[in-house]
Amino acid sequence: MNTSSNRKTRSLFDGEILRRASFDAVRKLSPIVMMRNPVMFVVEIGSVLTTILLVVDGVRKIGHFGFDLQITLWLWFTVLFANFAEAMAEGRGKAQADALRKAKSETMAVRIVKDDVTEQVPSSKLRVGDIVRVVAGEMIPGDGEVIEGVASVDESAITGESAPVIREAGGDRSAVTGGTRVLSDVIVVRITSNPGETFLDRMIALVEGAERQKTPNEIALNILLSGLTIIFLLAVVTLQPFAIYSGAPQTIFVLISLLVCLIPTTIGALLSAIGIAGMDRLVQHNVLATSGRAVEAAGDVDTLLLDKTGTITIGNRQASAFLPAPGVSSAQLADAAQLSSLPDETPEGRSIVVLAKEKYDLRGRELASLNAQFIPFSAMTRMSGIDIDGRIIRKGAVDAIANYLEKLGNPMPKEVRESVEEVARSGGTPLVVAENNRALGVIHLKDIVKGGMRERFEQLRAMGIRTIMITGDNPLTAAAIAREAGVDDFLAEAKPKDKMDLIRREQAQGKLVAMTGDGTNDAPALAQADVGVAMNSGTQAAKEAGNMVDLDSNPTKLIEIVAIGKQLLMTRGALTTFSISNDVAKYFAIIPAMFAGVFPVLNALNIMHLHSPESAILSAVIFNALVIVALIPLALRGVAYKALPAATLLKKNLLVYGLGGIIVPFVGIKLIDIVITLVHLA
Amino acid sequence: MTLNGWAQIALFFALLLVLTRPIGLFMTAVFERRKTFLDPLLLPVERLLYRVTGINPEEEMHWSIYLVAMLMFSAATLFLTYAIERLQGHLPWNPQHLAAVAPDLAWNTAISFTTNTNWQSYTPETTMSYLTQMLGLATHNFWSAAVGIALAVAFIRGIARREMKTLGNFWVDITRALLWVLAPLSLLFALALVSQGVVQNLKPYDSAKLVQPQSVTGADGKVSTVTTQTIAQGPVASQEAIKMLGTNGGGFFNANSAHPFENPTPLTNLLQMLAIFLIPAGLTVVLGEMTKSPRHGWAVFGAMSVLWFAGVAATYWAEAQPNPLLRGADQHVSATQSGGNMEGKEVRFGIANTALFATITTDASCGAVNGMHDSFSPIGGMMPLLNMMLGEVVFGGVGAGLYGMLIFVIMAVFIAGLMVGRTPEYLGKKIEAYDIQMSMLYLLIFPLLILGFTAIAVLSPKLGLSSLTNQGPHGLSEILYAYTSATANNGSAFMGLNANTHWFNTTLGLAMFCGRFLMLIPMLAVAGNLAAKKSVPATAGTFPVTTPMFATLLVGVILIVSLLTFFPVLSLGPILEHLLMHAGRSF
Repeated sequence: MNTSSNRKTRSLFDGEILRRASFDAVRKLSPIVMMRNPVMFVVEIGSVLTTILLVVDGVRKIGHFGFDLQITLWLWFTVLFANFAEAMAEGRGKAQADALRKAKSETMAVRIVKDDVTEQVPSSKLRVGDIVRVVAGEMIPGDGEVIEGVASVDESAITGESAPVIREAGGDRSAVTGGTRVLSDVIVVRITSNPGETFLDRMIALVEGAERQKTPNEIALNILLSGLTIIFLLAVVTLQPFAIYSGAPQTIFVLISLLVCLIPTTIGALLSAIGIAGMDRLVQHNVLATSGRAVEAAGDVDTLLLDKTGTITIGNRQASAFLPAPGVSSAQLADAAQLSSLPDETPEGRSIVVLAKEKYDLRGRELASLNAQFIPFSAMTRMSGIDIDGRIIRKGAVDAIANYLEKLGNPMPKEVRESVEEVARSGGTPLVVAENNRALGVIHLKDIVKGGMRERFEQLRAMGIRTIMITGDNPLTAAAIAREAGVDDFLAEAKPKDKMDLIRREQAQGKLVAMTGDGTNDAPALAQADVGVAMNSGTQAAKEAGNMVDLDSNPTKLIEIVAIGKQLLMTRGALTTFSISNDVAKYFAIIPAMFAGVFPVLNALNIMHLHSPESAILSAVIFNALVIVALIPLALRGVAYKALPAATLLKKNLLVYGLGGIIVPFVGIKLIDIVITLVHLA
Repeated sequence: MTLNGWAQIALFFALLLVLTRPIGLFMTAVFERRKTFLDPLLLPVERLLYRVTGINPEEEMHWSIYLVAMLMFSAATLFLTYAIERLQGHLPWNPQHLAAVAPDLAWNTAISFTTNTNWQSYTPETTMSYLTQMLGLATHNFWSAAVGIALAVAFIRGIARREMKTLGNFWVDITRALLWVLAPLSLLFALALVSQGVVQNLKPYDSAKLVQPQSVTGADGKVSTVTTQTIAQGPVASQEAIKMLGTNGGGFFNANSAHPFENPTPLTNLLQMLAIFLIPAGLTVVLGEMTKSPRHGWAVFGAMSVLWFAGVAATYWAEAQPNPLLRGADQHVSATQSGGNMEGKEVRFGIANTALFATITTDASCGAVNGMHDSFSPIGGMMPLLNMMLGEVVFGGVGAGLYGMLIFVIMAVFIAGLMVGRTPEYLGKKIEAYDIQMSMLYLLIFPLLILGFTAIAVLSPKLGLSSLTNQGPHGLSEILYAYTSATANNGSAFMGLNANTHWFNTTLGLAMFCGRFLMLIPMLAVAGNLAAKKSVPATAGTFPVTTPMFATLLVGVILIVSLLTFFPVLSLGPILEHLLMHAGRSF
């Protein structure tokens, strides 16, 4: 994944975060907090029980104090490690929230009371509907909409992007955010949110994870883990009667050790960290999701709606070829085209000048020295051009030029019309150039598909995601660009309602749809889509309708958002599988250790050849605790993600986390056994 | 182990493979109410039944209504059987003049047959009249099997349907299961059995003079000589057919399928084993066809086959090993002896076919036996126990095996499904919190009953331990086997445990009852919930449920969930017994 963010990101294992997480790990031991996590709550109860027993046994001077003490300590470590993992995941968000709070500092605002009457009020007193004036150098006091003026605004406090952006009244660039700074000019802003409900407030709450709700899949997974915990509780509780029947009753320490090793502590400990880290990864990509549910939905997306302009193609068309009329040389056409475009400052105009220079070595000429008169584009003529040294050069859309030539008594040559159609069919925009009273030929303006898009669409296709290109172009042009970019489908001549209908159609088939949008007319579609990413540069309405906001306003990022969603789900699945697979080895460590004292033949099950019953049980408990710490980086970063078909992904991940989950603990427990035997801990 | 033995196992599987698709396609047509070749004969009967009972076959049922209908039907048949058992002394077809069955035993037996368990705490020849056997027990074999098939079909509909509130009509489903599937197959099979020598009569018991009189020491220490043998008779073939086809397993005689009148020849043995797996295997095809994903049906069939093969291979291996306690004796396979452990096995079946029968009968919740599992070697005896502990999902009981397996499929999809980067979905249905909650409940009830009752029994010298004939790990296995068999609705007995006591009749009855009806409730709730969901169309990103990879995963999940639950108790039972036997101790 490539990040387009310029934000200075904190490392996952920043010293400050580590320190804070260590304190939080202890604070989270409170049973009220622990109860949210049933698996770890069971471990905590076990730890409390062994602690009490340890004291009782210590007073009565019975039991293996050294062994029992170590078991008790490691049980507590297991709980602490789980809390630490969650605190680590929250750490980066908290640090970021602190930075954002600084931008929220109180400012004085100039409120317009009536016409020219203004008053100074603190920003915290502003209410929805208030109108304020902000001049260059001032902080914008709250979220709002520019109703007058245009200004450049520094939004780096929110987006991390240092280049200023333009905000102006009307249109889709009218939204401003409280806490950003006006760099030039003056704007009048209507406030759209009350203090405490501003974008910045919501952003702080989101990155801090204060209102974090469990997502639907997390709830389901928690039920599964709780169910497994009950089954193992049953297996351990009933083991004691069987042990008594067999004449080999067990101590509470050993039984609790077995229970803690069997219940899925690894995933139980890391589950919430995985969720928080997933949200955090979005934030690192400068995307704010309003809920974890949206991130999960991103992983499930079946259909991506992508706007053509700015997402699939770079925003502007570029001249790619000159197609001369019969009897005209290419160089002649290029020369006229270049002359007519010299004063044209649009990207299209500039690209014509550049193409002529590259292909025919025609240098751009100084207009001033040529006694030329520039004819700008007008809605009336729908042509632009230049009058120079008696040459009257015009360029424009085919029907405009045809009309113009008709009036001069010269019909458009058939060949030129054919060229025009050819260009349109290939997805380009044709511009006809005429000099005096005859058509010289056609300029092919081409939509340039962004580099690497075709490959990305192929990856998406491999993962079963369909991409649909949305464009206002005619179907002919749209089809050609769709073909070139490699999207699966397109919606041509799209109006907002068509977009909405398309989303509804896809959803009716059970598919999940993701889209981006920025304009007010996108808002209904953003709300309807399962994942609606609003551009931060867009209108307030769009931002409220979507369930994510991209602070970089980069529509291509939708693809990354999907990847982050998938990675989050994969990490959850991988660690669940790993956690459950781990149990096999633990049985082979603990069961023979429990009963080999009475039935030495059961040592046949001690296939790891662990040193003694005590060292075996201790090694399993220690492994169980340490594996949580060892997997924190994986939980926070997410498992390696590649765009592959589901069958391939499943095979790969089952091998790594399923089979690996069976093998790793055999090795780990054996190593720990060697170490604790060497240092005489058991 | 011999090549011949393996060839017979392979022959069995090849025949099963050939039969699975035709029976599956036929059942699909039956339950989708499409045309079948039996329609001209059976449609009028079906219509008549609906007219007489006032059933509207077009009425669709919500899962809870379906459940209530099923419970009402089961309760009615339960009480009917109880009444017949209690009143048999006053009823006809009782040539041996057998008295009324004791209340707790009658109760246990009624539950046992209603739940398709066919656990037998009694000796049929000396307890049940012909009428009780035919009207009470054999008909129950049909009913409980039909109920199982109906429930499986309802579950499949839950997966196949989209945004619907209903699962079909219970009355139509059992009527069709009885008329189209069970009755014709049983008729054919009974005729085949009679042709091989299985008896079918209502005559009083025969008496035969012994060629070699036997001296018997009585309880009072007196030695007496026995010169005659009573040979039980009865309508055996008709009950034997449905006993296998319906995976019921309750023998007409105490010796079950080891008795020459029930299972006289190697051919009937092969047919009986095929009959056990026939409908459960066919239902995997119904699953594939009705969900429009035939390859998914085969993937499930594949997973079942792998588990079946592992079971039979381990059992056959264990039984073919020489007994370490008989060191010095020649235990090799030769032309004159079979080698390995022949104790408790019929010579006409041999080790391979007894191991195969034991595996099949415990994979499917049949419970018929053609040898005594109690006499198997410790590992050989653990395998049938383990097969049942998997939850009777290896083909399993008619219907019950498939829906149990589908709960495991949901588990497998949920655990591993996330690894493809989507929230888990099964054939287009998202698996969500409610589905997991209900599936976990289903999975939880099973070990709770087995481990809970066994733990109480082994702690109680008066209630549990007094029924044991063996001590040590073997005693633990005997009690564990009884509760596992009851909860899993298998019904096979390990022997060596006197289960006809108040305690065992009551608790085993409870285990059977909960093992069937309590587990059904969450199962149907999942089906109803799935039916109501939207379906997500499959893409390259969809979790694949049709591949060998998926079958492997499914096997892995079943083994891990079951083994992790039962490994501790198994290690103190059969595993310990096996290790002690090699150290020279036996129980």
